[in-house]
Amino acid sequence: MKQLLEGSQAVAEAVRLCRPQVVAAYPITPQTHIIERLAQHVANGELAAEFINAESEFGAASIVLGAVASGARSFTATASQGLLLMTEVLYNIAGLRLPVVMICANRAVGAPINIFSDHQDSMSVRDAGWIQLYVDSNQMAVDMLIQAYRIAEVCELPVMVCMDGFLLTHTFEPVVLPSQAEVDGYLPAFQFARTLDPTQPMTIGGASEADNYQEYRIAQHHAMENSLAVIEALDAEFEQQFGRTSGGLLQGYCLDGAQIVLLGMGSLMGAVCDAVDNLRTQGEAVGALSLRCFRPFPAQALIQYLSGAQRIIVLEKAISIGGGGIVAAELRAALYQAGITTPLESVIGGLGGRDLTPEVIETIFKKRVEAETEMTNHFAPNHIITDEIDSGGKAHG
Amino acid sequence: MDKRDLFRDNVLTSGHRACSGCGEAMAARMVTDLIGPDAIYINATGCLQVFSSHNQQSAWQAPWIHSVFANAAAVASGVEAALRAKGKNTPVIVQAGDGGTFDIGLQCLSGMIERGHDILFVCYDNEAYMNTGVQRSSSTPHAVRTTTSPPGRLANGKHELKKDVISIMAAHHMPYAATATIAYFPDLKAKVEKAMSIKGPRFLQVLSPCPLGWMHDSALSVTVSRLAVETGLFPLLELEHGELTGVMRLAEQKPVEEYLRPQGRFKHLFTGKEGGVELRHLQALADARIRRYGLLEADTKWDTARAMQSERNGRGGYVSTSTSGGAEHGA
Ligand SMILES: Cc1ncc(C[n+]2csc(CCOP(=O)(O)OP(=O)(O)O)c2C)c(N)n1
Ligand code: SF4
Ligand SMILES: [Mg+2]
Repeated sequence: MKQLLEGSQAVAEAVRLCRPQVVAAYPITPQTHIIERLAQHVANGELAAEFINAESEFGAASIVLGAVASGARSFTATASQGLLLMTEVLYNIAGLRLPVVMICANRAVGAPINIFSDHQDSMSVRDAGWIQLYVDSNQMAVDMLIQAYRIAEVCELPVMVCMDGFLLTHTFEPVVLPSQAEVDGYLPAFQFARTLDPTQPMTIGGASEADNYQEYRIAQHHAMENSLAVIEALDAEFEQQFGRTSGGLLQGYCLDGAQIVLLGMGSLMGAVCDAVDNLRTQGEAVGALSLRCFRPFPAQALIQYLSGAQRIIVLEKAISIGGGGIVAAELRAALYQAGITTPLESVIGGLGGRDLTPEVIETIFKKRVEAETEMTNHFAPNHIITDEIDSGGKAHG
Repeated sequence: MDKRDLFRDNVLTSGHRACSGCGEAMAARMVTDLIGPDAIYINATGCLQVFSSHNQQSAWQAPWIHSVFANAAAVASGVEAALRAKGKNTPVIVQAGDGGTFDIGLQCLSGMIERGHDILFVCYDNEAYMNTGVQRSSSTPHAVRTTTSPPGRLANGKHELKKDVISIMAAHHMPYAATATIAYFPDLKAKVEKAMSIKGPRFLQVLSPCPLGWMHDSALSVTVSRLAVETGLFPLLELEHGELTGVMRLAEQKPVEEYLRPQGRFKHLFTGKEGGVELRHLQALADARIRRYGLLEADTKWDTARAMQSERNGRGGYVSTSTSGGAEHGA
């Protein structure tokens, strides 16, 4: 049955259905509605969990670290400044290979302080060792959160579900909430072998030096790479059981015959798909590709989807200051390695909550397609930074 | 199979990498053996973690976890919450240095106490950041030489005073907070046992001399820690629900010089021009502590039962019950 729910409420219900035993949180807009709803569930006896009001996000991340290491499924959520404050612990959780699941209600990072959505927060911790899954809609947030626990527990890797602040967290959409029995059928009770238990005493988080540190890091990287197949398989299993897919690693839109592909992540893809519809009616051979899984970076899957494209435009809501577009840079590297010389353009926009409407996206599309420029950085009239590069020509010419 | 049977009884076994005479190693050995292997230990970064947990050569024979420097109390909060959710009451113990307690770990520790977690936090106080090579912390006493508070033409060692962390703990009105040191094992034992008989957040500050950082003979760790008490510089205290409930009284007060002389970290006070001022200052600090805690006086009257009752009125507060036999924890 479809229900009209705010994104935060919907995803909080999904968390409840996953039966976490410990929830730790610290308030930050736009994540607060999620944890408020969970606090109410615990207070009402609807969720049998310990709800821990942490003294900071650094504390909240540490609390779920301790709880998962003690064998309890756990949950936390944050955004922006909170995510950055967690950073040291995020790396630690990943290094300890603890299956923690969290939501990042994506928000800009200060200064200047800004509560609205972009992807700077989660993109800034992309190297921490967390699987990062970006969702387009509230339904996908619900479905992905449930999948996230499965993925985390199968791979023994932490998973961050990235959900645009306000655009998703504070927006009401019709959502299908699965029943408890359905979720229980997909997500077995928490099982994790490496726990703190006096009958099986274990040292967790010991010191390492040059003799074996690198092996740990490589093993972590391989586990990440191996999770690509798990993410796809568990989405397929989810689809079989629930009749809905979250797309696994990637989801294409109107890619049949598409010569130009617009690629992006998160709720932005709704507007991108609308823009594609409009551009198609104007005769443009354009399609869209939603990058669901940014970590691990699905290079092979991207190449499969993009090998037929003649031009790729990457739209992203984060910037590596002094570097440029982050997704664009990684995609260029993947294409280069595969010997693909398709021109790729990097467009950065939507920062700090600025609207990326279908009209803006169409404008970007037309300007970029017409442009025959060298690689530059400049401000478009709508203050979107674009960095244009014909990677093929330069790299292989 | 219960793997505990395969091991010796010590929680922290021998063969670790501490310096000879390390007060922190002695203190940890005493505390953890008193608590036993049926507990979960959470360690902050610091000497104890580094010398005991080298990969595949762990000295720990109980479940033990280290995450990062600042978060031990928060990790422990998560461990304790998980145990509560599972209906288990395995004791949860945090071990941290003074840096991990007074400075970088203070916020997580305060949160852990305020939320009333059933955890014993043990601070091995060696009065500096030893693991990184003896830098001053907020626990470093006044006038001490460290690598970041060096004496020089304009300085006599650390300018500031040692942070009064036990009062900060007491200000949380926590069920139990105490100071101890390795020189008085029966006192330390009684305090660990008492702490283990109480539910709720508990704190133990164990003065742990560090021969390397304090620059004393490694055979003198116990002597030096005894002198810290006998001079009044480090009073042995118990505080319950914010009030002083016990002090170890001194038969007589020894001059601080007896404590300072064997330690190289105070040497500049005896050789430098202005050392005399600081020596008088340190003596005055010891005198003030003796007066404050009545270390040379008769017993104070404090009714713990009444204090606990008033703290526990209503539905909030700490769920601290003194189970006097230690039945729940079986220390
Ligand atoms: C966030 C962070 N900052 C700094 C360090 C470096 N560091 C590691 S141990 C340590 C000193 C620990 O001092 P203390 O807590 O007093 O323990 P001790 O080694 O003296 O027993 C420092 C500064 C670190 N590991 N993490
Ligand atoms: S430096 Fe000090 S605290 Fe660290 S191991 Fe050596 S004696 Fe112990
Ligand atoms: Mg120290």
